[in-house]
Amino acid sequence: MILPKWLQPRGWFGKRAPAIPDLLDESAIEKYYVASQWQLVWRKFRRHRLATFSGALLLVLYLSAIFADFIAPYDVSERTDFRYTQPQQLFLVSPSYTGLHVFGFERYNDPKTLRFMYRVDESRPVPVKFFVRGYPYQLLGIIPTDIHLFGVEEGRVFLFGTDELGRDVFSRVFIALRISLFIGLIGVLLSFVIGVVLGGISGYFGGWADIIVQRLIDFILSIPTIPLWMALSAALPPHWPSTLVFFGITLILSLIGWGGVARIVRGKFLELREEDYVTAAVVAGATSRRIIFRHLVPAFSSYLIVQLTLSIPGMILGETALSFLSLGIRAPAVSIGTLLQDAQNVRVVALYPWLLIPAVFLIVIVLAFNFLGDGLRDSVDPYRQ
Amino acid sequence: MLNFIIRRFVFIAILLVLVSIVSFITIQLPPGDWLSAYVTALKVQGAQINEEIIEGLKIQYGLELPPVQQYFRWVTGLLQGDFGFSFSYSRPVADLLAERLPATIGISVLTIIVTYAIAIPIGIYSATHQYSPLDYTFSFLGFIGLSMPSFLLALILMFVGYKYFGLSIGGLNSPEFIGEPMSWAKFSDMLAHLPIPILIISLSGTAGLIRVLRGTLLDEIRKPYVDTARAKGLKERVLLYRYPVRIAINPLISTIGWLLPSVFSGQVIVSIVLNLPTVGPLLYEALRGQDTYLAGSIVMILSFFTVIGTLLSDILLAIVDPRIRIEE
Repeated sequence: MILPKWLQPRGWFGKRAPAIPDLLDESAIEKYYVASQWQLVWRKFRRHRLATFSGALLLVLYLSAIFADFIAPYDVSERTDFRYTQPQQLFLVSPSYTGLHVFGFERYNDPKTLRFMYRVDESRPVPVKFFVRGYPYQLLGIIPTDIHLFGVEEGRVFLFGTDELGRDVFSRVFIALRISLFIGLIGVLLSFVIGVVLGGISGYFGGWADIIVQRLIDFILSIPTIPLWMALSAALPPHWPSTLVFFGITLILSLIGWGGVARIVRGKFLELREEDYVTAAVVAGATSRRIIFRHLVPAFSSYLIVQLTLSIPGMILGETALSFLSLGIRAPAVSIGTLLQDAQNVRVVALYPWLLIPAVFLIVIVLAFNFLGDGLRDSVDPYRQ
Repeated sequence: MLNFIIRRFVFIAILLVLVSIVSFITIQLPPGDWLSAYVTALKVQGAQINEEIIEGLKIQYGLELPPVQQYFRWVTGLLQGDFGFSFSYSRPVADLLAERLPATIGISVLTIIVTYAIAIPIGIYSATHQYSPLDYTFSFLGFIGLSMPSFLLALILMFVGYKYFGLSIGGLNSPEFIGEPMSWAKFSDMLAHLPIPILIISLSGTAGLIRVLRGTLLDEIRKPYVDTARAKGLKERVLLYRYPVRIAINPLISTIGWLLPSVFSGQVIVSIVLNLPTVGPLLYEALRGQDTYLAGSIVMILSFFTVIGTLLSDILLAIVDPRIRIEE
């Protein structure tokens, strides 16, 4: 579900001041004129505070997804007896303890509703330590270790509470980020490849190739994506392991998502192939492949980056929707969508609202991508005032 | 004009063929054919199966034939109104669709009307009051609207409604009316249930349209002809609505081509979450139960409506904007 053009954010919240230097400062002017295109882009991008902040936030989120095992104190599927415990509050100083700590729980039976409830036991501080040994895992998939960013030596720490099976929501959210964030990235790269190849063929060669590809794009853009995504992912064989399912879902998302990219590439090709330097290259005897990849693609790569940034959230939301309906990522793998499955029942959510924490992450990620793309769009063409 | 319409029809015909191929692929994709899955499921339940009926179904749906021939059989069936057989409901797919389609189309059309009804005034206001507090508010809400997946919004509204107001949002009718024949009381009960799903589905479309309208209108009101008209003493209101707004609204008509797929997509998933009697939950059940004919037909029919809607918007645009008629 690549956001169609009219859905994409348009330069709001961004400063519109031109990125030209102080005219009285000679060295600044000098710097401005010798700066490379990417330096100018960077300079302009930096003025977009919201976009810069979003970019930094996304970087942090992606890093924490890569090091999710290190950040998560517990294994994703580790079950405990603590079912539906509320998030624990972190304290630095309290009457009974000084230093980072949470409080232990005491379980009791609510006499009215007959539910298990947890009461914070203020007399039992549980110190939270950094670099604690926990479950063994492989850092970056290669280095075996069991050191975790934080944890407790006795008792338990559930910063985001636990779910129905007593699993730590905090650990699950960070592990889930891995699939949710990277499915967007890989999916976008795939649709980028398809989009550039088909859009390029259509825009550069024109004629019949153009007509066929254009009709294909129209077709892709005119079918409702969610039903088709649902149908295709339901057809993934049930016996597939979760990694294969991950790639299957990514492929499905990008097979339907390349239309927007292809349309932009085609438009840019049509525009650029009339340029003098392209004619010069043709006259000099360059092959079509060389002209496309050496001359044309670099000329609009910045537009592509914007377009790709703006299509990542669509992919992420698509995967979330599929997994939410249990047609996407399958256990033991977790994504934000599979975590939200626990929140499908309103009564459960009303009792245990922390099950919606994954949704907060989802919204923040999507917003950040939109702001980032918005800022990039304003800065990719530094020569335009 | 006629030439234009004929050309669009040819294009739509090609689209429909592509749509039918994709739908057929979704029918064929699941491993094994549905009939044997059906028979095994029945045997597990300990049902008596009449071999003759199975043979009859096999011949009727041409399950022995190669895929290409099966496809043509399926398409000819479609043209005659035979969408295949839903084995999880043990009824023809066409019957099931007929039950659910009115609500599906009704909700979608209402959603589109609501989308425009909200987006156009807000878009005009935001453009004419650029950088005013309300403009910022709408812009902010727009960003949220684009970032919030509709199913999540449905979930959150259900949660808020349940927890703070003790309401159960969901379904198109209160429990006491389900299964009742249509009556005045049932109808008004339905009207009371409609606004929330429609607002949820229209949210992202509304946010997008406001953005487009604001952008084009801002470009338009900076043009010299606006200054000229103002200098000639035209009243501000007349000036605004007679010229820039009319030009800025044109692109909105062509957005129907984008809006329809997203409305149908959103409608499917919101219906599943809120349990509305549209084809959404039906598709979901069909996919989970490998009821392939039902699932494929729903994908087909949803795409069909989108394509037809796009055709209508194209023709509408050509009527409204003579430039397009001549250009094509």
